[in-house]
Amino acid sequence: MTPARAPAEAPHPAPSVHLRGVGLRYQATTVFEGLDLVLPGGRTTCLLGPSGIGKSSLLRLIAGLAFGAEGIAEDENGQSLVGRVSYLAQQDLLLPWRSVLGNVLLGPDLRGKGRNTALVTAARDLLARVGLSDSEGLRPAQLSGGMRQRVALARTLMEDRPIVLMDEPFSALDAITRYELQALAAELLRGRTVLLVTHDPLEALRLGHEVRVMAGVPAGLERALAPAGEPPRNPADPALLAQQAQLLESLSKARGVTAVPEVRL
Amino acid sequence: MSALRALIVFLGLILVWQGVVMLTGAPHFILPPPLRVAQALAENWPLLLQHAGITVLEILLGLVLGAALGCASALIIATQRLARRWLLPVLVVSQAIPVFALAPVLVLWLGYGLASKVAMATLIIYFPVTAAFFDGLRRTDPGWLDLARTMSGGPVRTLWHIRIPAALPALSSGLRVATAVAPIGAVVGEWVGSSAGLGYLMLQANARMQIDLMFAALFVLALFAVGLYGAVDTALRRAMPWQADDQNTA
Repeated sequence: MTPARAPAEAPHPAPSVHLRGVGLRYQATTVFEGLDLVLPGGRTTCLLGPSGIGKSSLLRLIAGLAFGAEGIAEDENGQSLVGRVSYLAQQDLLLPWRSVLGNVLLGPDLRGKGRNTALVTAARDLLARVGLSDSEGLRPAQLSGGMRQRVALARTLMEDRPIVLMDEPFSALDAITRYELQALAAELLRGRTVLLVTHDPLEALRLGHEVRVMAGVPAGLERALAPAGEPPRNPADPALLAQQAQLLESLSKARGVTAVPEVRL
Repeated sequence: MSALRALIVFLGLILVWQGVVMLTGAPHFILPPPLRVAQALAENWPLLLQHAGITVLEILLGLVLGAALGCASALIIATQRLARRWLLPVLVVSQAIPVFALAPVLVLWLGYGLASKVAMATLIIYFPVTAAFFDGLRRTDPGWLDLARTMSGGPVRTLWHIRIPAALPALSSGLRVATAVAPIGAVVGEWVGSSAGLGYLMLQANARMQIDLMFAALFVLALFAVGLYGAVDTALRRAMPWQADDQNTA
């Protein structure tokens, strides 16, 4: 870690992600094959699609968690993405035996960094940015769902990776908490290459520089939709609402033709 | 409140006991009345204490050894594929042999002293601890393992920071079972061949028709077993404060 840069700031410039001819088979079913996708560097791409279409599988493939997948995932220079990706799932995956601060410091602990003052200060700084300064000593069981997901966000930022993959991180939260956390995530992840998988068209339009819809068997990607302006956008914007209607239509069309079970890799 | 309940149950059982003695008119060398047992307890407490000390030592040594060996085995089986393939079937099949059947052999090999009883207690504790901890180690939430992988965590540190702590609740149920069965191992060992201990004292008293002394020894053993279980249970709860409190089921 370079001392000149706090982990909450994005590394410059964030690499773009290029997927070429990626495919995934699950038993006899082809989830997707020959799929190409570019995630522009430093931008947020949102991925929508019916349940079971393979969105999470695609995300896990980029994270290097899908074994037996085919195709290439690399940056614009043909370099591997290993060690440059962090992952935020729908479940916060907090360790119940660790304190809030301990959970944020999980990554350094797993890499054997030891607990030095700089790391602890950086973790405290991130907890302050997600609004949890006073909760560092609490255990996850003492937190609300929204607070837990804030800790998970701080833990993700602590990794300080240029590429951040998020798999429906806000879907289990109530509307108000989700709204707050979307804005917080957009602000804190600015400048990183983000792929956000979501079920919620409005969330995608609020947070994405680009919105893609995944549909079909085997799944393919529809042309990107690019809402105007910078995220997080105002959800009351009439242009956004018009695009939401458009997205809902293409989603319901997509749903008619899928019959692939949700695949856990 | 729970202490009061326990006391009421205890007194109730004594009353039932006294009732059975009075109703059946059983002679005191078959079923001594509670008061006679209390008397035997009061008269023989130095003797009881001396033998209890030995049995307690056997149980505690067996518990420590069995738990340590069990934990080490579970870690090896969980992390080494080769060990899992070769040792796990052996371990499972070995459970088909009743440990009690081994007691005479252990006494033959290890003698009448402490060692054969500690070995018995260790053997009886080893399997529940190994099985429970191994089960916990292989049931780590796959989400946590994925997270560790994206964080570039190596297998050893992932084991230390995630898999072992995640398996501790399973290990603690294994340890609770082990604590409950440990006295059985020690006492059976003493019955088969020994020159000291509460099991030895029971056999001696039985042979001399001192049934009240036998019951007194049994009482001391039960008291220690319950105390030991309570202490282990409390220690495990304290060590794992993140575990869901089951107060509403208690």
